[in-house]
Amino acid sequence: MKNIVVLDYGLGNVRSVSNALRAIGASAEVSHDEATILRADGLIIPGVGAFPHGMANLVESGLIPVIRKYIESGRPVLGICLGMQLLFEKGTEFFSTDGLGLIPGTVSIIPILPNEGRLPHIAWTTIRPSEQGRETMFDGFSDKEMRFYFLHSYAATGVKTENLSATVSYLGHDIVAAVQNGNVWGTQFHPEKSGPSGLRVLQNIISSSDGQKL
Amino acid sequence: MRVIARLDVKNEFVIKGIHLEGLRKVGDPNRLARAYYEAGIDEIVFIDAVASLYNRNNLFSVIRKASEEVFVPITIGGGLRNLADIEQALDAGADKVALNTAAIREPELIEKVAKRYGSQCVVASVQAKRTASGWEAYMETGREKTGLQVLDWVRRLQELGAGELLLTSVDQEGTKSGFDVPLVRAVNEAVSIPVIVSGGYGQPRHIADLLEVTEPSGLCFASVLHYKTTSVDALRKSIEVARASRVK
Repeated sequence: MKNIVVLDYGLGNVRSVSNALRAIGASAEVSHDEATILRADGLIIPGVGAFPHGMANLVESGLIPVIRKYIESGRPVLGICLGMQLLFEKGTEFFSTDGLGLIPGTVSIIPILPNEGRLPHIAWTTIRPSEQGRETMFDGFSDKEMRFYFLHSYAATGVKTENLSATVSYLGHDIVAAVQNGNVWGTQFHPEKSGPSGLRVLQNIISSSDGQKL
Repeated sequence: MRVIARLDVKNEFVIKGIHLEGLRKVGDPNRLARAYYEAGIDEIVFIDAVASLYNRNNLFSVIRKASEEVFVPITIGGGLRNLADIEQALDAGADKVALNTAAIREPELIEKVAKRYGSQCVVASVQAKRTASGWEAYMETGREKTGLQVLDWVRRLQELGAGELLLTSVDQEGTKSGFDVPLVRAVNEAVSIPVIVSGGYGQPRHIADLLEVTEPSGLCFASVLHYKTTSVDALRKSIEVARASRVK
């Protein structure tokens, strides 16, 4: 059984993520302990909330060097929602904040005009996978199954084509829905809250390092 | 538009009444939640139907179990009075908290929760009852007047940092006679945050009547799902049909 650590940095829906991991047959541990993290078969950075707050918590908890060390192991790291946004170089929520810089790009507010519609984007939306995404994160998915739960006002911009796994269209704006840079993965949507399709995304990512299904 | 199942829970049973009164037992909350999840529901809202009246919180164990078997967003409401209650609710596995009575008594609570957990987790629940000139907000499960005009109150809730509104029409609730369309339109125009509508659905034409005039971000369904008079798929189909006919 694969043991996945859900990073505990004082933010995010750790229980939902652990429950989803257990549902796909992995064991889940919520932790901020270095040794526990470095032993894990996969690391998930959850996150709900604001970019500066998320980054400040990561800095204060001293977890940034641990995350970097973990990434060197080649095992999968997944950032979810704010956890994905923190993977980028910079966030502009409230003011400019440096992110982890693991994937090139900047996190900015979705430029929706007040007369165009509503923010946050809270919806189940059908994503468009890139060619790369179709073979990795969304491997084995039919078009109908690519519907996921989004809850955000900010999104990654300036993402390189080779890192883009999927986009989603909201009120005519093309939004980054999922990214990958080697063993670092990110989903703007919440796989742990996206029903069976979300659980399969988690499964695909967890089994990515050695091809072993759970 | 999200299709949401609303489970009003009293003790360990899902109950259903009319105008939020006259409650009848309809089933086990976890069993129903599981069935709706398997049927492809977008979200589940659990409301503790009596906690607000008797200061009790017995929904946490239901939420804890639901979050282990249901992988869609879960909202909990009813009887949450302060930050400690809210923390307990989120710890139990809820993704969002719905606040009504507590927010009316202490509007700053909305602000505090939004600051601590983010706006996305704060659902302001509004129970609206028609008056001669508009709608008044009610509290304590639709029993007590507040003197607040719904349209003023929802604007205030948005300013305070509510991420969504759960708008229940006390007049329509449980009647199966259609949504309060003018209410939904007025609230939808008054705020720019997502509005979830609850109360009144009986048949597909009610969705068409609503979408002809205004489109909320989500619709809550209760008895029609509990009594299996319709299904999640059929509701989705009705939304599609209503949208298509509106375009013409």
